[in-house]
Amino acid sequence: MGNILIAAGLLVLGGAAALFSGKNARRANFFGAGGALLGACVGLIPAVAALAGRPVHPLRLAWGLPIGSFSLALDPLSAFFVVPILGLCALAALYGTEYLLPYASRKSLGVPWFFFDLLAASMLMVVVARDSVLFLIVWEVMALSSYFLVTFEDERESVRQAGWTYLVATHLGTAFLILFFMLLARESGMTDLSVAPAMSARLASAAFVLALIGFGTKAGLIPMHVWLPEAHPAAPSHVSAVMSGVMIKTGIYGLMRALTLLGAPPAWWGWSLVGVGAVSGILGVLFALAQHDLKRLLAYHSVENVGIIALGLGVGMLGRTHGLPLVAMLGFGGALLHVLNHALFKGLLFFGAGSVLHGAGTRDMEHLGGLLKRMPWTGTCFLIGSAAICGLPPLNGFVSEFLIYLAAFLAVVQGQAAWGSVVIAALALIGGLALACFTKAFGVVFLGEPRGNDAAQAHECGAAMRLSMAVLAAGCLFVGLLGPVVLSWSAGAVGQLAALPSAESFDSWQIAIMPMYSVSAGAAVLLSLLLLTAVLRAWLLRGREIGRSLTWDCGYVAPGARMQYSASSFAQPITGLFSVFLRTRKRAAGPEGYFPGPATYATETPDVFREGLYRPVFEGALKAALRLRWIQHGRIQFYVLYIALTLLFLLVWRLGCG
Amino acid sequence: MSFWVEILVILVVLSNLRVLGASRLSACIQTVAFQGALLGLLPVLANLDALTVRLLLQAGSSTFLKAMVFPWLLGRALRQAGLQREVEPFVGFTASLAAGVLFLGAALWLGARLPQAGPEGLGRLVPTALFTIFVGLFVIVSRRQAVTQVLGYLILENGIYAFGMAFAEHQPLLVELGILLDVFMAVFVMGITLFHIHREFDHLDTDRLTALKH
Repeated sequence: MGNILIAAGLLVLGGAAALFSGKNARRANFFGAGGALLGACVGLIPAVAALAGRPVHPLRLAWGLPIGSFSLALDPLSAFFVVPILGLCALAALYGTEYLLPYASRKSLGVPWFFFDLLAASMLMVVVARDSVLFLIVWEVMALSSYFLVTFEDERESVRQAGWTYLVATHLGTAFLILFFMLLARESGMTDLSVAPAMSARLASAAFVLALIGFGTKAGLIPMHVWLPEAHPAAPSHVSAVMSGVMIKTGIYGLMRALTLLGAPPAWWGWSLVGVGAVSGILGVLFALAQHDLKRLLAYHSVENVGIIALGLGVGMLGRTHGLPLVAMLGFGGALLHVLNHALFKGLLFFGAGSVLHGAGTRDMEHLGGLLKRMPWTGTCFLIGSAAICGLPPLNGFVSEFLIYLAAFLAVVQGQAAWGSVVIAALALIGGLALACFTKAFGVVFLGEPRGNDAAQAHECGAAMRLSMAVLAAGCLFVGLLGPVVLSWSAGAVGQLAALPSAESFDSWQIAIMPMYSVSAGAAVLLSLLLLTAVLRAWLLRGREIGRSLTWDCGYVAPGARMQYSASSFAQPITGLFSVFLRTRKRAAGPEGYFPGPATYATETPDVFREGLYRPVFEGALKAALRLRWIQHGRIQFYVLYIALTLLFLLVWRLGCG
Repeated sequence: MSFWVEILVILVVLSNLRVLGASRLSACIQTVAFQGALLGLLPVLANLDALTVRLLLQAGSSTFLKAMVFPWLLGRALRQAGLQREVEPFVGFTASLAAGVLFLGAALWLGARLPQAGPEGLGRLVPTALFTIFVGLFVIVSRRQAVTQVLGYLILENGIYAFGMAFAEHQPLLVELGILLDVFMAVFVMGITLFHIHREFDHLDTDRLTALKH
């Protein structure tokens, strides 16, 4: 446990040193990224040990606060989250050293490095904290440090708006969490999180709902997701990668931890997770399809992937409720593995999007195109990430989605067709739409011809950014090929979630993942076929002259870049089909007359929940607040009078009636 | 409670009433300084037979700050800002005095109902402490100028100090130092703020700060 503390300390120290490096960009880079890399290395040691099955001693220190205690523990569930958190933070730090440099002339880099390291340290502490007061404190540190990272480019109005949305959403979520932890503490009589309190079924259900809303806000489940498509595009790309790849997973972690504390789940808990997961997955990918902004598209895919994780969790819980341990283990295992996988491929994709922004200066897909020739590294890595997120073999996304499929099919076979088939249908729809979405994203951005000057002059990124992308791409392939190895590391965590004794869970988990060996074998065959084809192609082309020319253009004499499919036109058949949900706004001025002048067509897809659900509520709240404006007259004397009268009233009430 | 302590307590009450009734700013500052000195002396007089170096140092530093440093700082701010010498109350002096009497009554009533947890000697200090706190709050609320608000804050602190003394004769050194540092910083910051408010707006009327509200 000491190593975890040292890791957090190194992170904070590195950040503080970067903060005091002032305007010296290189020194800030050195301290900020150095602290993150060193801290991650130190912190990974106990996490890997815990995953390998060696128990790590919990730590409990005294602190000055009247409630709570500084208690930490590293059980398999925590360790399974520590690994992606520290791994992705280290890679993002490496990436950031290059990504942030163009900003150095305008801004101090010490500030973003300080908050980045603080964010990494707080995420680490969130997953090892075993006391609700400590948990809430580090949770808040995490929210605030990420807020300051989101508002890094605060000179832009849209960034400030996004930051504000994020700040409000995260605190609303935390409010529910405070209630949740208060309920737990009231029932168990202490703030310790390592023992499950004995609760009545009704209170446990109330606690579950509070946890689902509170943690679901951080995780980005629909309809609590509205902050996510605003905040992720606004942040610097390496921060978007960390926020999307691991920070929203702390919400999933919280939900899982809550499940281990709340006892046996009734069926409707699982049903609600399946429902929320299916809605998040399907609507998330639909909204992603309608976006033109590359990073916003990726942000909506985070909503989708969190939905898949929720589906897995729901299947696991329903399996537990109906006494199907194998289904439960497969569902929880799929959800856990998808957490790791999403960190890998979404980190990779955000790094790729950052590299596009870095090289081409825009993330509007309608101005990009043809980047594969100009940025071959970024393009290849982005392609690997896209294939992985669509759940295509031989990459990692397939393994985790296959596990959830397997669990659902098993449930159907064992007589639970009602929810099993819902999960299968939702997953299939999500998978197909994701494939369409990433065909669009990759095709429009990297294939064809540049749609603008910026894209035509794009340049490839440097060594640090390439290296971090390559490592993540290798990670995607590794999990895809060696799924069973990675899955055997999650045995302990799966056992905790499925509430099975550890020895029994380890054996039955080994049996449960038997089919995954054939998946690995299939992936290996597929990969070797791919390699074989590449070798064959090289062999056939050897000694021949290879020329480069335009994509075949159906025989037009003077093709232009504007004649290509645009992002919106590519997605139109699908977005048109689902226009009931998307409510895309179109602004069109069509060509008129025999000699038509210029015509325009623009679409915009604002978030339905933001427009239809949150805006009316918040506007109503604002209106009500304005009614009370007369109290706020700006006179200090009256403010003090309010405080004094309140205190006096309380004093008299306590003493007079007591 | 010894004779001298009784006298001190009465003087504290009277000084509170004088702040409420005084119309000149300098008189108010002097009265608050006098009150600070009285309260600094209080622990010494209450423990005449068991004096310690720590107690003396504590009383000395507190008296030095409250009776000399703060009044000097405020007087300087007053001179530099070159503002009017009048208190400019929202509530007139007679009405203020009447309110003061009401506060005294309320403090006595509340003090009688509070559990007497302190040492036998200074237990009856509680009503005085409450009265001082009320007067401090009232001065903050009812006076217009920023300087008087600082004064109100100081009176409030005096009340808290007296309250603490009533409950724990030997306050932990740390707590006492903490409070002193707090007040010192507060007066310091307020002095700077007063200067800046004056430079920006040419006056120190806090009620005219409403123009900042948008």
